[in-house]
Amino acid sequence: MTLRVDDLRVYYRTLAGDVKALDGVTFDLADGEIMGLAGESGCGKSTLGKSLIRLDGRMRYVGGSVTLDGTELPIWDNGQMDEYRFRHVSIVPQYAMSALNPTRKIGRMIDELLHSRGVDMDATLPELERRLELVGLSNDVLTMFPIELSGGMKQRVVMVISTLLDPSLLIADEITSALDVSTQKAVAQTLVQFRDRGFVKSMIVITHDISVLYQVADTILVMYAGKLAEKASAEDIVMAPRHPYTRMLVSSLPEVGVREADHRLSGIAGRPPSLLDPPQGCRFRDRCPLATAKCVEEPPFVEIADGHGAACWHIDQTVGRLDIPLEKIETA
Amino acid sequence: MRRYFLRKLAIYLVTFVIAVTVDWAIPHLMPGNPILTLIGRIQIQNAQVAQHMYDHYMRAFNLNAPLWKQYWYFWVSLFHGDLGTSILQFPTSVMSIILHAIPYTLGLLIPAILLSWYAGNKVGAMAARRKILDNTALPLGYALTATPYMWLAIILSWGFAVTWQIFPIGFAYDPTATKGWTLSFVLNLLHHWVLPFLSLFLVAFGGWAIGMRNMIIYELESDYAHYLEALGAPQRLVRKYAFRNAMLPQITGLALQLGAIIAGALVTEIVFSYPGLGYQIYRAITNEDYFVIQGIFLFIIVGVLIANFLVDLVYVIVDPRTRIAMEGGKA
Amino acid sequence: MSTPRLADPVHTVVPSEPASVGPDPAAAPVVGAPAGGHRMSGLGEMLHFAIGNRKLVVGFSIVFAMFIFAIIGPYLAHHPPLEYGGHLSLSPTTKNGYWFGTTLLGQDVFAQFVNGLRLAFIVGALGGSISAAIGMLVGFTAGYRSGVIDEVLNMLTNVVLVIPTFAVLLVIAAYLQVRGIMMESVFIGLTSWPWAARALRAQTFSLVSRDFVDMARLSGRSSWKIIFQEIAPNMSSYLFMMFILLFGGSILIASTLDFIGLGPSNTISLGMMMQLSVQSAALQLHLWWWFLPPGLAIMAIVGSLYVMNVGLDEVFNPKLRTM
Repeated sequence: MTLRVDDLRVYYRTLAGDVKALDGVTFDLADGEIMGLAGESGCGKSTLGKSLIRLDGRMRYVGGSVTLDGTELPIWDNGQMDEYRFRHVSIVPQYAMSALNPTRKIGRMIDELLHSRGVDMDATLPELERRLELVGLSNDVLTMFPIELSGGMKQRVVMVISTLLDPSLLIADEITSALDVSTQKAVAQTLVQFRDRGFVKSMIVITHDISVLYQVADTILVMYAGKLAEKASAEDIVMAPRHPYTRMLVSSLPEVGVREADHRLSGIAGRPPSLLDPPQGCRFRDRCPLATAKCVEEPPFVEIADGHGAACWHIDQTVGRLDIPLEKIETA
Repeated sequence: MRRYFLRKLAIYLVTFVIAVTVDWAIPHLMPGNPILTLIGRIQIQNAQVAQHMYDHYMRAFNLNAPLWKQYWYFWVSLFHGDLGTSILQFPTSVMSIILHAIPYTLGLLIPAILLSWYAGNKVGAMAARRKILDNTALPLGYALTATPYMWLAIILSWGFAVTWQIFPIGFAYDPTATKGWTLSFVLNLLHHWVLPFLSLFLVAFGGWAIGMRNMIIYELESDYAHYLEALGAPQRLVRKYAFRNAMLPQITGLALQLGAIIAGALVTEIVFSYPGLGYQIYRAITNEDYFVIQGIFLFIIVGVLIANFLVDLVYVIVDPRTRIAMEGGKA
Repeated sequence: MSTPRLADPVHTVVPSEPASVGPDPAAAPVVGAPAGGHRMSGLGEMLHFAIGNRKLVVGFSIVFAMFIFAIIGPYLAHHPPLEYGGHLSLSPTTKNGYWFGTTLLGQDVFAQFVNGLRLAFIVGALGGSISAAIGMLVGFTAGYRSGVIDEVLNMLTNVVLVIPTFAVLLVIAAYLQVRGIMMESVFIGLTSWPWAARALRAQTFSLVSRDFVDMARLSGRSSWKIIFQEIAPNMSSYLFMMFILLFGGSILIASTLDFIGLGPSNTISLGMMMQLSVQSAALQLHLWWWFLPPGLAIMAIVGSLYVMNVGLDEVFNPKLRTM
């Protein structure tokens, strides 16, 4: 078992109080597994990703544990975490295109970075060059400044750098968001390649775009308002989701070949709750067509089938084909 | 790359031409006949001398000639190094007054600019690291940079020259001392140099310290800094990058702040009666010695243009982005 | 002085342009990108942060106190500033209302001081407004309309920027026989705008590419309307901070000009007080009440303005608010 996250809570400090961005998340990640982390903006997926490697400015560790390869990660202690960063846990950040020092040649920056982490550049160089070639970049990149590369090239460089020391866990934070569709596909495939070649043991791919995850991920974890909604294989999430939120999320995706006259795109009415003072119970109940009085009590995240978990009281009502709108499902 | 520098050169040349034109035009734009007013003010007893002056100025101004010709002659005399003659210190030429004064002004300016820039950047960078230092350095920096140059000169003079007589109150050297490159004379020079230098240094230092501190804080919040930290790089490396990147705008800042510190040097010299350009310009203004004023103005312009060009040169060497962008190198 | 000492109120990241005159100056009193893109959310919320910000409150209080002093001071003075009252070199006393003592020739230092304060605020306001206006005009236009107009304005800005305008002011003022405070302010305003224009141009650039501007353009609005109704409001905090810097800068420049002897005739300003005191060997005579207050006042006003600016940046830019 590569990663085990147990009831992780990370809040943001604000003048108005704590924003409960990540409020009790538990899941496992197996060796070799690529897990997609999906959800709307503000659902906590980015917070989760960042917490696993570095709590930034306003984030505050509140509780829970993170265990990687049997060792607990001291995510609350910035100094102690350094030992794990880059070697065991690494990240391809959302801002990858501006993550390189603009006034340093790329090769030199990598050299200085490795040196500062106690890694010998000369020994690593051949591997570095091999991987650059793998992602379609020539070795000349090492002699260039970031300004000389296109956005896509910079992102690939960052992907190579982040995985250079073969970390156990790689967090890919919204790395396809700023790209066009064909480049998205290329980048997604590169991620899979990295896993297949053993550069990275397991991955968490964070994105709001489920279609990308469908191509890349083995499993998908759907979050809503700081909590887990559903976790299942990518196939199940997209084809047969059970949690009402996931169902509505997936139905809102356009399908190739389907015309609007045949099947209207439906969004999800309403907005996610404020995380400063979240509502009691299930956080989706204000927007959920299946909500009843029972939903004031928070539903536990339970396993409803093999490798498939969800947090909903009405989960038995959501079996069946996706094209039946939730509203039409008979409520008990 | 060449195009870039040619472009810069063009700007500086244009600026120079405009400055010279302004310099030439002003007396012509002012009401009244400048020469008659000049002569009138001098109140020269000797009629021959008065006549000589009048003729000289008539020739210099070519007031009988059409305007464009006057302008042309102005340029011609400029290239001959003829900036006219001082009225107050007649018959000393303006050029010789300037040449005698310049070493003193440069002697104050160059060390003050370089040292304040260096020290300010260093202290600013340190303040960005340690909260304790920041809490003292920051208000001090703001206080210093808000201080008018001449006031600090006055305070320093009153404090260390008048009240506690550690330093001399004025002049570049003791008038009774024998001039020459002897150790005692050099020490004498230095002794007189300290207070004016300090005055310039402190105010400029404040500005650089604050600027650098803010720049470092800004750089530490950048994406590349966060990326390095996420990969576990030590603060040492992150700060090294932040410092280097923060220096770049500080270099450009040098050129821009030049005007301010030159003005500061002028007033500091006045307070200390230090015989540089400032002192001369002050005497010229109080005595309406227009040619000296105009001559010094031109000198200042040329100095600033040269300094700007040097800064541009240094900047291109130091920032790889400008070089590459100039060569049109994008993938 | 072509730029105030602390040039950039906010550091701006300029897209690297090979043909331009390098990135913006960074001797900045404040850090952080402006909150462009969304209007200020609620005046009430802003005020809440403003009041809680110590730098802003302290800085503003000092400036405001000096301002009040400048207004009522002249009414409190017992003698006109230029009158020779007969009591020479008096140290501060309550007798005859010579609270700040007298000069070497018997003039009331307090009267001169409050008069100079008034002039300082006038120069700051007028000079600051003029340079702000020109800076906005040039900066907005250059940033909004790229191409030839931008090139020309850029060239103009660079030229004026490079010329040590102090020297120009020197020559001009030297030739004018009678100088007024208005003239002085106008001159300062006409020469201090370039760095403001450059900074505003960069800001306008970054906003112009945003969608809401395209929307406005598509809806057929005239350029000026777009500039004033869409772009400027987003930069309002930045503009305000810039004005404060220009205000302080004008005061400093004016005091320097006055000290050299190019101050307004027929009145007395803070810079002139310092000049006269030095000329009269006040230092050697230990007439400290004559030369200390003027410079102290300038330092207090300008320093407080700078500190205010830092506080303002924190108020306008949530990222900088320390927890």
